[in-house]
Amino acid sequence: MKKTYKQLELLGWKFTLTPMRFVLTALLLGSLAVILVRMVTGYHFVTNLSDETPWGFWISFDVMVGVALAGGGYGTTLLVHTFEKEKYRVVARSALVTSLFGYLLVMAGLFLDIGQWYNFWRPFVSWGHSSVLFEVFWCISIYTTILSLEFCDILTERVAKKMHHWVIKALPVLLIIGLVFPMMHQSSLGGLFLLFKTKMYPLWWSELLPLYFLLSSFFVGSAMVCIETELARRAYGHAIEVSILKRFCRVGGRVMAAYLLLKIVDVTVKGQWGYVFANTMQSNLYLVEILLGIVLPILLVFSPAVNKRWGLLLYALLTVGGIIMNRMNCVFTAMYKSGAYFPSVWEILVSVGLIAAGCLVYCFIVENFHVIGDSRAVHRRVQKDLGSGHD
Amino acid sequence: MAQDKGVLIDLTKCIGCGSCTVACKLWNKVEFNEKAPMVGTGAKLNDKNWTVVERREAVTRQGEPVYRYVKQQCMHCKDPACVSACFSRALQKDENGAVVYYPDLCVGCRYCMVACPFDVPKYEWEKALPLVAKCQMCATRLAKGASPACVDVCPTGAMTFGNSDELLQTAKSIVANDNKYIKHIYGAKEIGGTNWLYISDVNFVELGFKTDMEDVSPVTYTRGLLSAVPFLAVTWGVFLTAMALYSRRRRKLEGKKGDSDDEE
Repeated sequence: MKKTYKQLELLGWKFTLTPMRFVLTALLLGSLAVILVRMVTGYHFVTNLSDETPWGFWISFDVMVGVALAGGGYGTTLLVHTFEKEKYRVVARSALVTSLFGYLLVMAGLFLDIGQWYNFWRPFVSWGHSSVLFEVFWCISIYTTILSLEFCDILTERVAKKMHHWVIKALPVLLIIGLVFPMMHQSSLGGLFLLFKTKMYPLWWSELLPLYFLLSSFFVGSAMVCIETELARRAYGHAIEVSILKRFCRVGGRVMAAYLLLKIVDVTVKGQWGYVFANTMQSNLYLVEILLGIVLPILLVFSPAVNKRWGLLLYALLTVGGIIMNRMNCVFTAMYKSGAYFPSVWEILVSVGLIAAGCLVYCFIVENFHVIGDSRAVHRRVQKDLGSGHD
Repeated sequence: MAQDKGVLIDLTKCIGCGSCTVACKLWNKVEFNEKAPMVGTGAKLNDKNWTVVERREAVTRQGEPVYRYVKQQCMHCKDPACVSACFSRALQKDENGAVVYYPDLCVGCRYCMVACPFDVPKYEWEKALPLVAKCQMCATRLAKGASPACVDVCPTGAMTFGNSDELLQTAKSIVANDNKYIKHIYGAKEIGGTNWLYISDVNFVELGFKTDMEDVSPVTYTRGLLSAVPFLAVTWGVFLTAMALYSRRRRKLEGKKGDSDDEE
């Protein structure tokens, strides 16, 4: 007999209590404690950052990986709203929710990793416009605002209902603006590395870095949608048709193939094949990143394996893994002259806690708003209650 | 820039007395720390050491082992990567060519630290609200027409202060007229040129200098990207609008034909 989970209910808002959510909450509370210590004492107790390695896990994972993975929303929005590919509409709302809360977590992670955090607003008024980071900062700020406004479409179905029709009117314009900004900041995150030419291992530096980051942020979107929808299926029983996900992933797969081709041409033109097979740690990590994170997923997604859910999931995990590897390779592996760094357990705990917060918020949103399958999601293991009717 | 001031350091003349490091700390009111020596083997720049004199064991071109003292500090580049990197203008190049830090504007993102090809900016990791730390070329002294504190106290005249263009010419003529010097002026071309220049009788790579620098500043690459961005953003925005209108119209027309499904 499978265990049923209780639902917490307060003023009409529901939240299912599962063992996993207790674990996530515990991780979140642990990370909040570390965050408090970090804000009060600075970096030296909770991180392994140093003059040689001033950028660490929080920048590489929370910010760089975070923006790439949270950016999955824009790919879906592009296909559904610009190209009007109706069949993907079913995943558009959950992609939006993941994006919004993903970006909010990126901002939280970033806030922790700035030394004079009370000065966070400076670039809004003191314009360092020669800096790629300036563009990233402004674009991410504006984009998160746009995402919040797009989210109001979902929010105002239940809260502040009078605003709903205004939001609907604004939506087409918001959607267009909301597609211009990701193009800019996703590519500019790659642009940040342009200044590091003399310090980076040649395989990860290229004038094409902004394009690489842009393309990879696009194709990881469909992979993230596969993972989110699979988790939602396991929790809420709502399944997206494999054929829809497969076609979405194949769009990503074509972009991935273009990305691979660009890299091959780039390495050839620069005469860098020697570095690829040099058998140094950097070379080998590059090979792993490309073979497991790009080549293998391309082969998978165009094979019959993706007619099955396990095939899709494998493709998604490899692709997401490849992106995580790529961003972390750019910050750590490529900066090979800088000296050794490994994150402290506290740095990892904070990052994990932020992800836990994101998962908990996502669950709350889908259980209380029409995100998955156009109704409020009910956890599979909750005893269905009788009588409430309007879900 | 014509107005840039600079310093020429002649490494053959430094005796490693460390007066420059003391003058720097006194002028900038930075504490002494026995655990982080400013002179000697392994002397390193850090949040309290804005200049150090590192002792290096090296070999001359004739194969003789020698030791040399190498003063390290911010190079005050002509096209600084750190100034370009700073998104809140906390690092700015002043009219004398000094790269100056404004702590009030600093957010603490440390992009400048990663961007600097010479790894100059350091951070106050021990503090709860850390600041970036590096040589400021005594910008307030320069504003009054004086030279930096370190140059002023040097007993051997290893450092010469002046207009950086003139110093470059001076360096060229010294190196041309005396064969003991390596025929290279460090900082003349490295990453687009720096205002602090070095001449030496021992190969620079032996003395710990970074010698794999391009002749252009890395800022060249980001300038290219940023100038393209507004154009790309507008073009993409126009394309999206056109695409959205087209797709919507196509759907409406297909709807009118009685055909409500997309074929794909």
